[in-house]
Amino acid sequence: MKKIEVIQNILEANETIARRNQQLLDKHKVFALNIMSAPGAGKTSLILQTLTRLKGRLNVAVIEGDVASTVDAEKVQSEAKAVVQINTRNMPESCSLMAAMIELALKDMPLDNIDLLLIENVGNLICPSEFTLGEHKRVVISSLPEGDDKPIKYPLIFSDADAVIINKMDLLPYVDFDIATFRHSVEGLNPKAEIFELSCKTDEGTERWHSWILAQVENNVTKQ
Amino acid sequence: MLHQMHEFGITENIINIALAKANEAQASKVIQINLVIGEMAGFVPDCIQFYFDSLSKDTITQGAILHFELVPTQLRCRHCSTLFQPQDTLWSCPKCRSQSIELSKGRELYIESMEVE
Repeated sequence: MKKIEVIQNILEANETIARRNQQLLDKHKVFALNIMSAPGAGKTSLILQTLTRLKGRLNVAVIEGDVASTVDAEKVQSEAKAVVQINTRNMPESCSLMAAMIELALKDMPLDNIDLLLIENVGNLICPSEFTLGEHKRVVISSLPEGDDKPIKYPLIFSDADAVIINKMDLLPYVDFDIATFRHSVEGLNPKAEIFELSCKTDEGTERWHSWILAQVENNVTKQ
Repeated sequence: MLHQMHEFGITENIINIALAKANEAQASKVIQINLVIGEMAGFVPDCIQFYFDSLSKDTITQGAILHFELVPTQLRCRHCSTLFQPQDTLWSCPKCRSQSIELSKGRELYIESMEVE
């Protein structure tokens, strides 16, 4: 019997594909966001809201990740330049999108006609934090009914986020969610994250979010 | 199709890496695979073991022992650089009480070594 030194990152296979995805996106000047949250926090609402408000300014494509169904893809179909639905039920894994799934989806996209790609991950605050997809920035949504303790309970996903969105701000009078506590926890874990307070239902606070996206897309085009 | 957790793909990767390294070493059997997993990494050893038992069948990794070395979470205070282990879910520095904290250890996921023959 002999011992062999290995020291090899087990996630490397995913990371290699993710890098390839990003190179492909960069080649076509597409800026990609990986949007993550618990189920029901408002990923699809945020995407719909963003699509509607940025119409005429950016060409936006969407990749929808769900365990099953095409309901989200149907909702965004009329507003997006292109939509690809990934049902993870038919994939080796159900709990998160992975870089290889995005690689397949990108084959069906008219990348030259797209400025912004919104990737809606599977609703889950644990598994998606381990898998990069090739995105340029990571967005995490928390909504008021979930409570202000989510960054403490799921620190990894908040530690890696570039933007954190507090959604359903219109419910603030009805729920016990302390905005200062939530902000303090996120800033502690991740001082670089931009925090947005908004409501996809009432549009309150969404302008700053749209400005952030427009600045990111512009920055991405000029960097190349 | 069954709903698989993300440990499924991870286990496939472990087996692929082990087979490649065993092949390089011209080994005919993998006896043990030593894995290092951070406590904060979202990977469950029992779940990896479960998938390993079926995915390793008919390969030279079949029957290999998976040895998991769990790396405890270690945090670093961004203010005073104190290294500490979290005592509860609220991460705050035991020295200066700051809650500006980064993870210094606990996200590892790699194969450290293997025993083959």
